[in-house]
Amino acid sequence: MNKPLDQRMTIDGQEVIFAEGETIYAVAQRNARSIPTLCYDDRLEAFGACRLCVVEVEGYRNPVASCTTPASAGMVVTTKNATLDKHRKTLLELVASENPPDADVSPLRGKASQEMTELFTEYGVTGARFEGKKSGTSRPDDDNPFILRDYDRCISCYRCVRVCAEQEGDFAISVMNRGFSTQITTEFSGLLKDSDCTFCGQCVQTCPTGALADKKALRFAEDPAPVKKTRSVCGYCGVGCSVDIMTKGGRIVGIQPAFDGPANEGALCVKGQFAFDFVHHTDRLTTPHVRKEGKLVPASWEEALDVAAEGFLKAKNHDRYATYAIASGRAPSESSYLTQKFIRANNGTHYVDNCSRG
Amino acid sequence: MSNPLADMELPEVIFCIGTNMTECHPVAATRLKKAIARGAKLIVADPRRIRLAEMADLYLPLQVGTDTALLSGMAHVIARDGLVDWDFIERRTENIEAYLEHLEQFTPKKVAAITGVPADDIVEAARWYGSAGAAAIFYTLGITEHICGVQNVQSLSNLALLAGQVGRPGTGINPMRGQNNVQGTGDSGALPNNYCGFQSVLEEGHRRKFSEAYGIEMDAEKGVTKVTALHKILDGEIKAMLIVGENTVASDADREHCEKALNALDHLVVLDLFMNETTALADVVFPASSWGETDGVFVNTERRLQRVRQAVAPKGAKPDWWIISQIAQRMGTAGFEYESAKDVFNELCSLSPIYAGIDWDMIETGQYHWPVPFKGHPGTPRLHEERFPSGRGKFVLTDYVAPGEVVSKKFPVWLTTGRRLMHYHTATMTGRSSGIEYLQKEEELEVNPADVEAWGLTDGGKARVESPRGHVDVRVKATHRSPTGTVFCSFSFSEVPINDLTGSGYDPVTETAEFKVCPVRVTPA
Ligand code: SF4
Ligand code: SF4
Ligand code: FES
Repeated sequence: MNKPLDQRMTIDGQEVIFAEGETIYAVAQRNARSIPTLCYDDRLEAFGACRLCVVEVEGYRNPVASCTTPASAGMVVTTKNATLDKHRKTLLELVASENPPDADVSPLRGKASQEMTELFTEYGVTGARFEGKKSGTSRPDDDNPFILRDYDRCISCYRCVRVCAEQEGDFAISVMNRGFSTQITTEFSGLLKDSDCTFCGQCVQTCPTGALADKKALRFAEDPAPVKKTRSVCGYCGVGCSVDIMTKGGRIVGIQPAFDGPANEGALCVKGQFAFDFVHHTDRLTTPHVRKEGKLVPASWEEALDVAAEGFLKAKNHDRYATYAIASGRAPSESSYLTQKFIRANNGTHYVDNCSRG
Repeated sequence: MSNPLADMELPEVIFCIGTNMTECHPVAATRLKKAIARGAKLIVADPRRIRLAEMADLYLPLQVGTDTALLSGMAHVIARDGLVDWDFIERRTENIEAYLEHLEQFTPKKVAAITGVPADDIVEAARWYGSAGAAAIFYTLGITEHICGVQNVQSLSNLALLAGQVGRPGTGINPMRGQNNVQGTGDSGALPNNYCGFQSVLEEGHRRKFSEAYGIEMDAEKGVTKVTALHKILDGEIKAMLIVGENTVASDADREHCEKALNALDHLVVLDLFMNETTALADVVFPASSWGETDGVFVNTERRLQRVRQAVAPKGAKPDWWIISQIAQRMGTAGFEYESAKDVFNELCSLSPIYAGIDWDMIETGQYHWPVPFKGHPGTPRLHEERFPSGRGKFVLTDYVAPGEVVSKKFPVWLTTGRRLMHYHTATMTGRSSGIEYLQKEEELEVNPADVEAWGLTDGGKARVESPRGHVDVRVKATHRSPTGTVFCSFSFSEVPINDLTGSGYDPVTETAEFKVCPVRVTPA
């Protein structure tokens, strides 16, 4: 249960209320303060690794990480000033030593993939201050068709490892070594398909640098059309995960989970995440077909609708019970509603069912 | 589901029966994993040693088709050991005396003999479930796709009522819906016994309401299920059929019978995305819009209404609602003059008491769970908090019914069917999405390594699986997921039409086919 907002503290000179147990970051967030973060994902346990989220607290000698420090009554916090900005910029320059700011990070890589580059821009980080050190080695050998493991861009925020453990519950990946030799890896350093990975894509979507990327979406990186996102719901199982369908021109290029989706809270499975391109498959029917001389042949909509109506009319005139309909458990409700209405309003019978095979 | 998905993180004890949740509902399973990480205990009853079974604190490897016996055995222990929630029973239920008497025969020893689950484990499971502050049941097709599907669900309900595990956070009896909008399809009245909103066709008030709404005198009797409908085609009563987005031939049990029936129709109209075994028999085929190409509403397993939106324009296809309306209009039937999906949905709301408080615009962000009985009502994430729809929850006496066919000398192996993580249903969609084949190229028959050897099969080699209705050849995968004497196969690959074999019986009430179990013979191919 949520605790009541019955405590008071001061953020940037403004008195605000909060609930016991909240972090400084959470309180600041609610009060529309923008504090930069890299290792933070509000679905995960705070980790406190990147230290970008530092704030000053009156009476504390050093700035503290706001994502891990609990708020306490009477606290006086500053989230932004020249000292903090300078500190953050230095940290970002350190990050830039692994990830040159001019590198192109396609937004198709993943939902959070722009976080780092956006901070570079915001803090005016144009080059690396510290040369050459890199953690993580890419795995071009991983031939799986879904997840690019471009660890050269990794900044060791461990969001992927944490989302896999805490959200997905698969523990497929972990961290090997520390410091600049840190490497995100599966057990036995193998391919994802030989690990416990279920290809849910959650690690891809939380990675703030694009080090983990959606390979299927990246196929469309060269297409200059802008990416449009349409909020919808996954069409596979009955959980009803919210997704953003990414399109370029008239084409679906990828799927991203909605972090605020009420049923899934940012999670997806391999089908919802990656099995979308059936929509554009060449096997799709693009025109009605009518049986002529025993064979189904393409027909115009006019003709097909007339033939369909004629046949049902004939059955209806023969007998009220001569027509039956089966609705689809995959189509939207409007389809099923009209399927049953078609039977009921035409014949007054209840000769209708659905493919309730769960 | 009686309870919302968010409740899945709350139980102290989770009882999963007949659900391969990590594969079929992976995102729901992530919530269970969180509950477990937090200390919840997991009991899993399933014939196969699936991933969920590996995660369980207590795994009950029951013989296929013996769920009712197991559940009655657990109820027996709850009664015997004084774990009955009498306060709840007095306030909310009826028929307890008869039920308790009925339970006496289901001793752990007897149930162990039927189910193959050790008696001690039955007792342990019952005690955990019965004494937990909050315990929740989750199930799927493993429970319903049996000749005794209704009995199975009633047994679950009995167990939950007996222990008072309903109507509170982290409790409930929660079926996980397999298809994205099975719930919405039922809600919409695509059922032979209910109008939209589960209004029974037998009630005179409903009959009058819909006779007026649809401008025609409605029947006072139920229609027939699609299983019966296939028979009625062969009897000559049904002559025309409209099938929307279902590959009936490939996904129904007993394919030969189905094909014969559809062939006998004078007029078959099918709406689908692709040509398939069912469209092949049609007189008219319409290209349907797919997910991503159409606006509409899906209702999920927790009764949440959510909007789906068009992201791309279909190439030549049209929305189902438009196609059906056009046919009806050309037949001269009034009441199909819709301009949009929104019009259709709002009519559905206006006729459904469970949707009375909502409309198309109100469900924009997906915050409503039905019932929403009036405007201003917040929706109902959790059912049965105060009362059951029928007033009191009734204990129903259930008996163990052996499957329609049992293993014999000739067909000595149990075949069970289901889905896998990477594929969905008959794979019309997943099979046409790039990359999925990397994870699973072809169907595999899961066989216990001991059986692989005993039956002279080879891991990776081919086996022939036969039932009285047909045979298929399929690649063998040796795995401990299958217990000895039971094999598993999915129905996702058309090269392995496993439903040629299944279909030995139907639940007498719902006429759901017995897909889950079927005696077969397995030999090297
Ligand atoms: S791969 Fe991405 S999410 Fe994982 S540690 Fe590296 S930067 Fe963070
Ligand atoms: S895809 Fe999912 S299971 Fe695989 S490593 Fe990423 S988070 Fe873990
Ligand atoms: S966001 Fe707080 S330390 Fe990284």
